[in-house]
Parts: sequence; structure tokens; C-alpha cells
Amino acid sequence: MPATEVARKDVSPRRLQWLTATVNDVIDETPRTRTLVLDVPEWPGHRAGQHVDVRLTGDDGYQAQRSYSIASAPEDTRLMLTVERIEDGEVSPYLAGDVQAGDQFELRGPIGGYFVWTAALGGPLFLVAGGSGVVPLMAMLRHRAVARSNAQTVLLYSSRTQEDIIYRAQLDELAATGDGLKVVHTLTREKPAGWTGGTRRIDRAMLSEFGFPLSTKPHMFICGPTPLVESAARALSALGHEPARIKTERFGPTGG
Amino acid sequence: MPDTQDILMSEPPISRGFRRRQQPTDVSARVPPGQHLTRDFPVLSAGPTPDTKLSEWTFALEDGASPLAEWTWEQFNALPQTEVKVDIHCVTTWSKLDTNWRGVTIDTLLEAAGLSEAPQDFAMIHCDGDYTTNVPVEDLVEGKAMVATHYEGRPLAPEHGGPARLLVPHLYFWKSAKWARSLQFIAQDEPGFWEQLGYHMYGDPWTEQRYAGD
Repeated sequence: MPATEVARKDVSPRRLQWLTATVNDVIDETPRTRTLVLDVPEWPGHRAGQHVDVRLTGDDGYQAQRSYSIASAPEDTRLMLTVERIEDGEVSPYLAGDVQAGDQFELRGPIGGYFVWTAALGGPLFLVAGGSGVVPLMAMLRHRAVARSNAQTVLLYSSRTQEDIIYRAQLDELAATGDGLKVVHTLTREKPAGWTGGTRRIDRAMLSEFGFPLSTKPHMFICGPTPLVESAARALSALGHEPARIKTERFGPTGG
Repeated sequence: MPDTQDILMSEPPISRGFRRRQQPTDVSARVPPGQHLTRDFPVLSAGPTPDTKLSEWTFALEDGASPLAEWTWEQFNALPQTEVKVDIHCVTTWSKLDTNWRGVTIDTLLEAAGLSEAPQDFAMIHCDGDYTTNVPVEDLVEGKAMVATHYEGRPLAPEHGGPARLLVPHLYFWKSAKWARSLQFIAQDEPGFWEQLGYHMYGDPWTEQRYAGD
């Protein structure tokens, strides 16, 4: 393994500090999701795919903490989080509902160094998303665009309905640049007139059709609700892909 | 470890309009700082769920590079079983109370291997899918940990680590490695999979040892 890992053991690690984030802007992405554009002056930088821990403090001192994926590219000037509102949750209804520009909370990170793609890794890159699982994958696509990577890339993205598709316009724009990115949508709860994408859950046939051949050794990242991630990871593995190349991040219903 | 940085830090910013939605309950004292209760059992793993046939499954104890003992699935299930009811705490901030597990304690494994005590002070757990995690031996013995094969009276589901996972409930749950296949005793503490990626070497939920340096 790389020498850096040996070196790390001898160095006392620096603690990830809680940093103050100020909301610069809020962008409603879908009826249930919102992007928070944040000013975090002390942000140390991140890699696409990583996440942060967010901590809210009420005026009575009550605190609550959750993890959220980073939506912005490392190169973006502001840190962005996209949060899905879980109605009976405690933190997400605040972040994806009540928050306004100027509001403040704390965060620390970046966290996670496994579910990460950098342009230097190259392609092919196969991204599989379900619902708000698209968030860390969007960070990868934004990074890919800014880094001018032309790695062959497919995003296979399952949403419930058309209006639940997060980043739809931005994904269309990214795919239209002709730099080797293809975006494939599938809807699981409606079949709108004129819809040209898929109309079923992501399955083995779909993964086989839109994924890359084994011989090209693609990097694969799957993020979404547990059943989708479990079945997609198993299917890719069954298709013969090396398990170590299939990286997963699961969004459990953790009471957000 | 909680250190002076916490004390020196200025007051956190108040998040305007944020308030408690979950009412405190009589179990609040069982929920470590920064955690919240969940009724679900969320699944978190870094890659595909391995598909190991029980006929090919074995569990081994090793002292460094030397094998100490190895059990097939049948042999493992014939070892004395222990049932526990414990609270579990995931580093992603969920906690779950009163979970019921059955399996073989590390004490029982040592005894079955003919050892009066562990040969080294630290352990590395090795799993299908090349996952590893490190735990000090003192956190594994005296009934503190087991290799669990059953959850809530049923065989442990693959996505939750079946056929067998380590269970060290007093540490953050990533230490309770899924799909465990061997326990290797080592002389010096070494970082496992997540520990090499910035997570804490020990992982005590009560002092919020989430990430390196905490």
C-alpha cells in the first residue's frame, strides 16, 4: 500500500473542526429537495463523492447532527448540499424547508475517502443513482466537467416521477456538451406521454445495456436507497465486474 | 477524545428557527451525544454484499500469520451460543436500542481454540470483500463482543452482515464488521479499512470518536 498510509500512522491526526456555514442561497430542486449554497470561509476542500456532518443548534441549546452528501465540485467557489425533506425527520425539514439566506449552522468534513472519483482516475465511469442518491454523483459530474475530463461516463438515474428528478436541467446541459457523458433516466411511478426514458426500476438488463463492458474495467458508483443499491451492486457483480470496483453509498431511512 | 478544543471553541451559531422535534424520552440517557434514535435498521456498506456459500464459509483465529483454529459453518454453530440484548450506535448518527443477537463470544472462541487468553493485545477482523477493522483485544473479551449469526431470532440477513458479523456494540457500529471470516491477533494496533480513510482508530460513541483526531 502507498507510503502515505504508513506515514499517517505516525502523525497525530488533526481533528475535523466544526465550521460555521452561512446560507448564501437556497435553490428548490424538486418539491422535496433543496440545494443549500453555503459560505464556509474555513472549508478545507473536498473530493467529489465525500460528505459532511451538519450540526444544528436551537436557541435553547438543543443540538441535532446528520450526514449529507456534498453536491458541489471541489472547484466550485461555494459548498453546496442538496437535502431531501423527510417529513417526520428533525433536521431535513429545517434544512429543506425553513432555512433562508443568511441563516447559519455548523458543519465538519470532508468525510469519507472511498466513495470518491477524481478526474485523474479516468473512465469509463458508470454512475447509478436512485432519488437523492444522485447528489454525490452530481459532484462527480460537476468535477468531471470543470476538470474537462472526457472520460466515457453514463449516469443511470431512477426517480419516482418526472418532477422528482433532481438537477434535471443541469444534467441535460452537461449531457449536451458532447464530451462523453450520457444521462439515462428511468421513472418508477409514472409513464408520462412522450417520455423516452425507462419506465421501470433499475434492473440487471438495464445495467447491462447502459453499463460498460467488463474488459474496459469501469469505475462504478451506486448511491440511493438500500434496496436499489443492494440489487444494482449484486447485478453488476453477477455480470462479472470485480466487486472492488463497485463502490456503494446507501441512503437508509435514518429519520433525517 | 474530547479535548480542550471543545472548551476553547466559541459558542456555536444558533440556527434561526430550529427546534427540537423529537421529544426527549426516558431512554435519552442511552443515546450517546450527536446520535438520534431510529426504528429502522439502515444498511451501510462500501461495496456489494458478498455471496458466500455456507458450505465454503469458515471462521478462523490467527496469531499474526500463524493459524490458531478454524471452524466450518456446522462446527461454528455447534459452539456454545450466547444471546445478548444491546444498543447499537452508527457513526452516521443513528442509534437503535434493545437489539437482540445470538452468536459465539470471542471468549468462547478462544476457549474452543484451547487458549486461556488472547496471544496479543490487538486484533484485526478480516471479512469477505477485503473489509477489515481493528479493535483492541480488551474490547473483545469478557463478554464484550461476539461473532453474531442471528438477529432478532432469525439468521442474520446478508445485507446486515450474514452469515456472520462481529458485534462490538459499545463501539461505533462500523467496528462490528459484516461478513467476518477471521480474527487475527496482532501485537501493534493497525488501522483497518475505514480507519485508513479518516475514521477513528477506536470509535467510542460516548466521547464521539467519529473521525481521526476526535
